[in-house]
Amino acid sequence: MNGTTLADQGRRIANGALVPLLALFSALVVGGVVIIVSDADALRAWSSFAANPGNAVSSSWEVVRDAYVALFDSSLGSGRAVSETLLEATPLILTGLSVTFAFRAGLFNIGGDGQFLAGAMASVYVGFSLDIPAVVHLPLALVAGVVAGALWGGIAGVLKARTGAHEVITTIMLNFVALRLVDYALSTEVFRRPDRSDPISKNVLGSAQLPRFDSDLRVHTGLLIALAAAYGIWWLLFRSTVGFGVRAVGASPSAARYAGIAVGGTWILSMLIAGGLAGLAGATTVLGVRYRLTGGFSNLGFDAIALALLGRSHPAGVVGAALLFGVLRAGATGMQAQTSTPVDIIVVIQALVIAFVAAPALIRAIYRIKAGRGTGPVAFSSGWGS
Amino acid sequence: MATVTGATRGAGLLTTSEATERRRARVVGTVFLAAAGVIAVVFGLGVDGGVDSTFGLNVGQTTVDLPDLVLPSRLTASLLALVCAAIGGVQLARGFDRALPAVAAVVALCFVVAFLTWAAADGSFNLTGMLQSTVLRATPITLGALSGVLCERSGVVNIAIEGMMLSAAFTGALVASAAGDQLVGVAGAVAIGGLLGLVLALLSIRYRVDQIIGGTVINIFALGLTSFLSAKVFSDYQELNSPGVVRVLRVPLLSEIPVLGPILFVNNLFVFAMLVLVPLLTVALFRTRWGLRVRAVGEHPRAADTVGIDVLRVRYRTVVLGGMVAGLAGAFFTLGSVGRFDENMTAGRGFIALAALIFGRWHPVGALAAALVFGFAESLQSKLAILSTPIPSEFLLMAPYLVTLLVVAGVVGRSRAPAADGQPYEKG
Repeated sequence: MNGTTLADQGRRIANGALVPLLALFSALVVGGVVIIVSDADALRAWSSFAANPGNAVSSSWEVVRDAYVALFDSSLGSGRAVSETLLEATPLILTGLSVTFAFRAGLFNIGGDGQFLAGAMASVYVGFSLDIPAVVHLPLALVAGVVAGALWGGIAGVLKARTGAHEVITTIMLNFVALRLVDYALSTEVFRRPDRSDPISKNVLGSAQLPRFDSDLRVHTGLLIALAAAYGIWWLLFRSTVGFGVRAVGASPSAARYAGIAVGGTWILSMLIAGGLAGLAGATTVLGVRYRLTGGFSNLGFDAIALALLGRSHPAGVVGAALLFGVLRAGATGMQAQTSTPVDIIVVIQALVIAFVAAPALIRAIYRIKAGRGTGPVAFSSGWGS
Repeated sequence: MATVTGATRGAGLLTTSEATERRRARVVGTVFLAAAGVIAVVFGLGVDGGVDSTFGLNVGQTTVDLPDLVLPSRLTASLLALVCAAIGGVQLARGFDRALPAVAAVVALCFVVAFLTWAAADGSFNLTGMLQSTVLRATPITLGALSGVLCERSGVVNIAIEGMMLSAAFTGALVASAAGDQLVGVAGAVAIGGLLGLVLALLSIRYRVDQIIGGTVINIFALGLTSFLSAKVFSDYQELNSPGVVRVLRVPLLSEIPVLGPILFVNNLFVFAMLVLVPLLTVALFRTRWGLRVRAVGEHPRAADTVGIDVLRVRYRTVVLGGMVAGLAGAFFTLGSVGRFDENMTAGRGFIALAALIFGRWHPVGALAAALVFGFAESLQSKLAILSTPIPSEFLLMAPYLVTLLVVAGVVGRSRAPAADGQPYEKG
């Protein structure tokens, strides 16, 4: 342990979890304010604040309480609710791992959406076009998704390694190229469902569908794949030589180069793995719940950045953060149905969480915490030049 | 100070090794020859001999009616192919050196003209109308990119252009509807852009948040908040989301010039703002004391600090100014084009602006040129639906992104960011 006592370790973990928890709490508070400000009843109560201050406070409290109670009720309140939460968390874990892995190599992968689409497209194609037994079909469809996502991410890695093109720009561009590619595919006879005129693909055959745990609940075995991937990535990053090289390059490319690590190769490998993870997210989504491909971004790529930040770029943290976002996402739908609070409030809360996590100085200033290990600033990338 | 200016002037030149440079020259030459081949085979031999392509040149009411421009399709393509082949040959033989970007632009132009002749073969196509819509579609992209030029020249990466534009589009619609005056709406949009610029500056300068994360936060926040508020407020109060569109202005006399008049001088205030801001910022950034300070702070903040420039203050001011320009770009969507706010209506235009910024090498004129390329591709896509070419529209929509990928990957020359872009500065 090299002199590190158990108490020290405990304090470090507590410190590491403290900022994200306070960030979440602060984000929920600010989100509550947004809900109040946009609520007609609450606003009316505030406009007569001087006459009846109690009413203003209680009516605001009710609006926020109703919204958040509905949110947690429809995400954790019943077996079905938990199933929806886990269902939402599955692709989030994988895309969060994708951003995390690239980040560990010093790369900022905002191409999650494009890699997701590439993976989903490949998996759907294998899923509907081949008529073979499930034992081969399902693994083949999953692998197709991983490979497609890896190639899509790999392009950015190769461009970075060979020409120095910044991955932020290339992955954004690749997102849009993937978007148009999917639109095109859905307009061809190969992909489009014969009986439909709108852009929607043929259905994945039963033999390529990920089995569910319970036929009544939508959560599927993709969750196990995601958790296994989280373990695998943890092992790869912290227990293997490859992971050591990745982290060395992420910490300082020039130092890693001096130490004899092939920096370009590590970038390519990292983007292949990151892309593969996002592709797997696409694969599990189309093989596990949607069973078909439709156009448009999932916007998971941006959530993934939030997850990697919130989980402090550690696979275990990402799983925790993904479960939390799963709660928010699954709950948002119920909240909108019960209290007519638009689901988009979740996006606001997510943005606030990232802001607070990325700026620990802000949280420290609000809650007057002393600076300590695990609460330092998060450095993600260093501009365009790196 | 002199060294700082020298470094900035040299933007775009990177000390890559000779071998890489020569390999790149070969690749570029081959690309030119390939373009010549495609023009000759696809656009030249792809049409029947003796067929003409007709381009209409009149749009709206004009005093002078121009005759249609009629070109023999196959001959035109063959000539253009020859030009490209000659350029490619010279490039392979000895290279163009510093003139390469201009030469590449000529090849690209030949390719586009050949493509249009092919698309309009045995048909007619309104050229002026398309160029007019190109300028219009390039406007928010250029303004967005100018916002990026300002922020990044001072050393703050701005990937929040998208979020700033979206927020400004929303605010513009809301304020203009409430005030009953679109100009007040534009002012509101500019103000909210400036406010978000201040947020970006605070996050990246005071709280030293990674600038890409700071920008991402603003993007996500803007998307969430505008969607939330439009679902919550605009759905119940339609009258708050009906701002109308700003008037189209005609510059007297100049608007009567054939072809150029309708393209440049019959437009709304956003287009005119773009046409004024591009030269204005070019002069301001490269010919004034203010511009020198901004660039010094973005290239070498410590040197700037040493000679007494307040680095952080320059950054704050420039980023807020950049935010205001992004706000103007955002107002275009609601007050200059659609006349109401829709959820996520900027639809990634802010990222295209970011691409135009890099494509245009952090220079206002370059940003305009790049934005025109994107605007052209966008308007082409909508016009080509009428002409029924065999190329699916999805691929045309993809083209600007692929071009940007190629450019960023260094085929047409490497784009170099200001040296201190993205790095927080701490007085030491």
